[in-house]
Amino acid sequence: MIYDMEYETLPREALEAIQLRRLQTTLQRVYATVPFYRKRFDDVGFKPSDLKSLQDLRRVPFTTKQDLRDNYPYGLFAVPMENVVRIHASSGTTGKPTVVGYTARDIETWATLMARSLSAAGATRGDIIHNAYGYGLFTGGLGVHYGAEKLGASVIPISGGNTKRQIMIMKDFGATILTCTPSYALHLAEVAREMGVDFADLKFKAGLFGAEPWSEKMREEIERKMHLSALDIYGLSEVIGPGVAVECLEAKAGLHIFEDHFIAEIIDPNTGEVLPPGSTGELVFTSITKEAFPVIRYRTRDITSLNPEPCVCGRTFVRMNRVSGRSDDMLIIRGVNVFPSQIESVLMEIQGVEPHYQLIVDREDNLDKLTVLVEVGESAFSDKVKSLQDLEKMITKNIKEYLGVSAKVKLVEPKTIARSEGKAVRVIDNRKL
Amino acid sequence: MRVEQISVFLENKAGRLAEVTRILSEAGVNIRALSLADTSDFGILRLIVNDNEKAKEALKANGFTVGKTDVVAVEVEDRPGGLYKILDILRKAGINVEYMYAFVQQSGNNAVIIFRFDNLDEAVRVLMENGVTVINGSKLYTM
Repeated sequence: MIYDMEYETLPREALEAIQLRRLQTTLQRVYATVPFYRKRFDDVGFKPSDLKSLQDLRRVPFTTKQDLRDNYPYGLFAVPMENVVRIHASSGTTGKPTVVGYTARDIETWATLMARSLSAAGATRGDIIHNAYGYGLFTGGLGVHYGAEKLGASVIPISGGNTKRQIMIMKDFGATILTCTPSYALHLAEVAREMGVDFADLKFKAGLFGAEPWSEKMREEIERKMHLSALDIYGLSEVIGPGVAVECLEAKAGLHIFEDHFIAEIIDPNTGEVLPPGSTGELVFTSITKEAFPVIRYRTRDITSLNPEPCVCGRTFVRMNRVSGRSDDMLIIRGVNVFPSQIESVLMEIQGVEPHYQLIVDREDNLDKLTVLVEVGESAFSDKVKSLQDLEKMITKNIKEYLGVSAKVKLVEPKTIARSEGKAVRVIDNRKL
Repeated sequence: MRVEQISVFLENKAGRLAEVTRILSEAGVNIRALSLADTSDFGILRLIVNDNEKAKEALKANGFTVGKTDVVAVEVEDRPGGLYKILDILRKAGINVEYMYAFVQQSGNNAVIIFRFDNLDEAVRVLMENGVTVINGSKLYTM
C-alpha cells in the first residue's frame, strides 16, 4: 500500500532534482540562521551557493551528537521559539539529552512520513493501531500517533508498560496493527503466554517494530509467537523521529528511506570518506525539508548499507539494510570488534533461549573481560544443574566460534536486564581507558 | 505414582532464597521438602509443596522462572542399610539417580526420600517389583 504515490515512486532523476533544490534551500537557511553551521561552513571555506550538485554535499562538514550536546538545549534551532510547536528529546542516558524542535509544518511532514510507514505495513483507515511506544519526550509514541491519525486509522495511545492490561486491551479492542520496540513485542508475547492468551486468536496482521537494532532471527521469533508480519521501522529524534525509513510488506527486505525529505550517505566511520553504493559503513543524514531543527550530514553512528535496487513494491527510494550495530556501540574486546547484535544472533540460534542479554566489559590486569548476562526463561530452564551448565557452555562456545572472543556467560533471572522506554540496555563498559 | 516438584531459578545473590520463602508464605503455601543445588553463579531450588498451582502462580507473578518436574517419593526403612537397599535395587536395574533429597516427615517408621530419574516409569516399575513402597503425590502433599 503506497500512501504518497507521486513522491514514493518518483523516477530517480526527478527525485534528485527535488533533493538538490531542497538541499540548496536548507543549506542557505542554516547558514543564515544557525551560527553553529555558519561557523562550521566558514571554517572549511564552504558557501551554500557553492553547492551545484548532490555530489558537492561531500564538502560540507559532519554534525555529531556531541555538537548537539554542545548546543544544548536550543542552539541548533533554525526558527524563533514562537514558531516551535513541539519539543522532543532523546533519553540522554550518557549525559544531557539531545533536544529537537518542530514547527507546525514539521509535525505535518512527520505525520505524513508515519502515515506512509503505516501504509507500508498494510494499514488503512479501517485499521486499529495499538501504539505501545512510549509517549512523552521520546519521539516513538507521538510520532506513530500523529501518523495514524493522519492516515485516518484508529489509534489506541496505550504507551509502554502495564503489560497485562495491554494484553487485555489488545484482545478486547481488536487492534490489527502493533507498534512498539521489538524487545517489548517479545515481552508482550511472553506475558500473553503466561496469561493464557494466544496471539493466534487476536486480530493483529502486522507490526512496526523499531527504536533498537534487531535481527532476522528476532523477526522470525516475533512472527511465530505473535502471528503477524513483523516489519522494521527506522528513525531517530535528531532526524525527525520514527518514519525516516520503513520496510514494505511486499518485500520485507530493507527499509525504504524517504529520500524526498532526507539525503542518506554511507561513510567510513574512521575516515569520514563517502563509500560507494553497497558498502557497509556509518549512515549519515541531511534533512532537506525540516524547518525548526534541520540537521546537516548528521552522523547517526548506525552501521548499515544502502541498496539502490528497485523494489517489488514499486517504491523508488533507496533501501537501507537492517542496522547491524552502532559505530559507538561497537566494542573492541582484546582487539576484536564485537557488536551486541552479533551476540543476539548467537543466542537466537540456541533453542529456548530468550534474546534478553547484556554485555558487561571489565578490564582486569590489563586484559578485557567480557561477561554476557543471559536471562533464563522457562523454556531454557531445567531442574538439573548440569543442563544449565551445558547451556552456559554452549553459549560460550558459540560466541567463541562466531565472534572469536572468549566470554563468561552468566545466567540471570528474568527482568534482570534494565529496559528503559522498552529499550534494553545492552552494553555496560566498565573499562577506564 | 508421580510426585510433582517445582523448581525455581535463583541467581546466587543474597536474599533471593528469602524472597522465595516470603512469596510462598504470603501465598499460604506450605513447603514439604526442598533441596537447593548451587553453582558459583546460580542455584536451582527444588520444592515439594502442598499446593503446586498456587506456588507456581505466586512465584511467576513475582518474576521468577519456574519449572515443573515429576519425581518419585520412596519409603526407606529408618535403619542402617535402608537407603543402600533401595540404591542397590536401582543399580542392579541400571537406573541412574539424577538427584535425591530427604523429605522432612516420616511415613510410619520409615523415612521418605525424593528421587529424580531420567526414566521415571521404569524406575517406579523396578522399585515396586522389589517391594519398595512408592508414595503418590496426593498422599505426600498432605502427609
